[in-house]
Amino acid sequence: MDTYLNHLLFGIYPYIALATLVVGSIIRFDREPYSWRSGSSQLLRRRQLMWGSVLFHIGVLIVLFGHIFGLLVPIWIYESFHIQHAWKQGLAVFGGGIAGAFAFAGASMLLHRRLFDPRIRANSAFADTGILVLLWLQLALGLATVPISLSHMDGEQMVRFMAWANGIFTFNPTASLFLDGSHWIFRLHIFLGLTIFLLFPFTRLVHMLSAPVRYLWRGGYQIVRSRRSMSHG
Amino acid sequence: MKIRAQIGKVLNLDKCIGCHTCSVTCKNVWTSREGMEYAWFNNVETKPGIGYPKDWENQKRWNGGWVRTAGGSIRPRMGGKWRLLAKIFANPDLPEIDDYYEPFTFDYAHLQQAGESKAFPTARPRSLISGERMEKVKWGPNWEEILGGEFAKRSEDYNFEGVQKEIYGQFENTFMMYLPRLCEHCLNPTCVAACPSGAIYKREEDGIVLIDQEACRGWRMCVSGCPYKKIYYNWKTGKSEKCIFCYPRIEAGQPTVCSETCVGRIRYLGVMLYDADRIEEAASVEDVEDLYQAQLDIFLDPHDPAVIEQARKDGVPEAWLEAARHSPVYKMAMEWKVAFPLHPEYRTLPMVWYVPPLSPINSAATAGQISVNNGMPDVRSLRIPLKYLANLLTAGDEEPIARCLERMLAMRGYMRAKTVEGVRNEGIASAVGLTGAQIEEMYKVMALADYEDRFVIPTGHREDAEDMFDERGSCGFSFGNGCSSGTSETNLFGAPARKKLQTPTEVF
Repeated sequence: MDTYLNHLLFGIYPYIALATLVVGSIIRFDREPYSWRSGSSQLLRRRQLMWGSVLFHIGVLIVLFGHIFGLLVPIWIYESFHIQHAWKQGLAVFGGGIAGAFAFAGASMLLHRRLFDPRIRANSAFADTGILVLLWLQLALGLATVPISLSHMDGEQMVRFMAWANGIFTFNPTASLFLDGSHWIFRLHIFLGLTIFLLFPFTRLVHMLSAPVRYLWRGGYQIVRSRRSMSHG
Repeated sequence: MKIRAQIGKVLNLDKCIGCHTCSVTCKNVWTSREGMEYAWFNNVETKPGIGYPKDWENQKRWNGGWVRTAGGSIRPRMGGKWRLLAKIFANPDLPEIDDYYEPFTFDYAHLQQAGESKAFPTARPRSLISGERMEKVKWGPNWEEILGGEFAKRSEDYNFEGVQKEIYGQFENTFMMYLPRLCEHCLNPTCVAACPSGAIYKREEDGIVLIDQEACRGWRMCVSGCPYKKIYYNWKTGKSEKCIFCYPRIEAGQPTVCSETCVGRIRYLGVMLYDADRIEEAASVEDVEDLYQAQLDIFLDPHDPAVIEQARKDGVPEAWLEAARHSPVYKMAMEWKVAFPLHPEYRTLPMVWYVPPLSPINSAATAGQISVNNGMPDVRSLRIPLKYLANLLTAGDEEPIARCLERMLAMRGYMRAKTVEGVRNEGIASAVGLTGAQIEEMYKVMALADYEDRFVIPTGHREDAEDMFDERGSCGFSFGNGCSSGTSETNLFGAPARKKLQTPTEVF
């Protein structure tokens, strides 16, 4: 039974979540461009947002890229660079722990603001509050894995997670077996993470796909659009 | 040289009566929606005052507009691209809704539903944001109307810089003027430069600056970038919106709503030709006092055959060249030099210009002796300090303002001599560097202000741009998402939406 549930949640559910993330985001971008925005509420209340948002975003960006590199880069690449598993886990636990604490502090401030500031609460859709609660829980779970990791710093548990994530992206049908026997907090953290992927296109999270990095190399400052050039150009 | 045309605008403050018709008609047409209650694409401020939103002219606080770097180039005052992106999570330069005002309505229903009571029922204010009761309305879009509030607060007005302002707090020395404000549709807009998404753009064919509502991601840098604070963040949709210069009307050759409905007939619309290749050069001159002249220098004479030839090459339609030759904006800004850009020191090269107001002769001057030049009072003894107007319109340079006011006084003197005494006094005209014929034209355009003299607007050439056959059955003006309003009429499971209450006007 446990293996069956494990396979369902970590062998099949990832594909449902990722497919929804990709297809849902494309449909929303194409069909509902007017709804594609960051949904900032800074105008309505500055208090708690200045610190909360900066802490949250910086922390969560570090954590996000940490997870992407840590989980998706194939294990042999690390080995070819002679990066020891224990050393990598140490970086993940301490670097991720600090960034996670930043993000958790920020998320707590933002959640408090969203739930208890009358202006913000009145203008929060269910999806706005819901996704913030989930992110807060996810950060709490992520931080809760730190003490567990500290009890086995040899990096072997982390290698199993990497193997699982690699397995999902290489369509390995037995990928979920790598998670058998890992602590329930890890598995809950992974499940919630996948759920956030699933909900991604239905929430304001889509704004991260529009992160305006292109602005940095956009030529000059001014933008002119012409109707005439559309016909003659 | 790259010639572009723009519909420019002039507001004759000498005739503004502060009736707010422009603001109200504009709001009724464009911003009577949830999330935009606080947004006034057009508002009228009483000056001196800190304005709307609070203290908007204080760029040390809001970091709007451009600055010239030591290297001689310009960058947004908020910072270069890296610095600006660093503010994306929380923007320290963004005003809060309370810097505008908390939008509110009144509990009108209570007047009808209240039970019997000794006290008369009242309609108390309620916030449109949180829905909660507001005990006190603390600020509004025109809180300083007709010098409302104490002088100490109003005198924080940025334009008092370099003016001994204390005496203007005394009742007998006080002065006021109105300042209607809308988007300046700048030649060098900071909002466009600051938009990380590239959603804001200037239209090549008429210079109107618009926000692409489908590309806007709500990073809200434009709100801070615009030194005039004329971009508003719609807190309901999470997108920024701004004055669209009534482009659907302009394209059809009609004046903007604010101009059309102006009862004082103070608003003028006309084509200006300018050299787009010299925008950056003009915006980067070293001394801010030279910015007014630098902007004048990139405007082109529509009568010059070389300009006409080049404009044709650059694709300016013939009707636009013809309109440029009759442009009231060109006459006031270039020929008579009576119109000025608002705060040229922001380096945005704004395209909504202002004719400064005359004012009564200062009582301090009358008590002693009126200083009179050539039968006309000295403009320096007028009640509104010259320095104040100069801070508003020429980055502090008083000379152009003085010449303008002298010309407006001369127009009165000349026309008085003509109609009362029956004399065409060329002396009055030449004393201010004009001819009698010019003064008579000035009088026709600025004093009589007939409709056809105020608005010289060529129609847009949409037929150049799109096949109108493809446009049949399309939805016209909408807020993105094709014909959708952005809210879904059905739920996720395809159930039909509940039938909404129809108003009598919709039934017909």
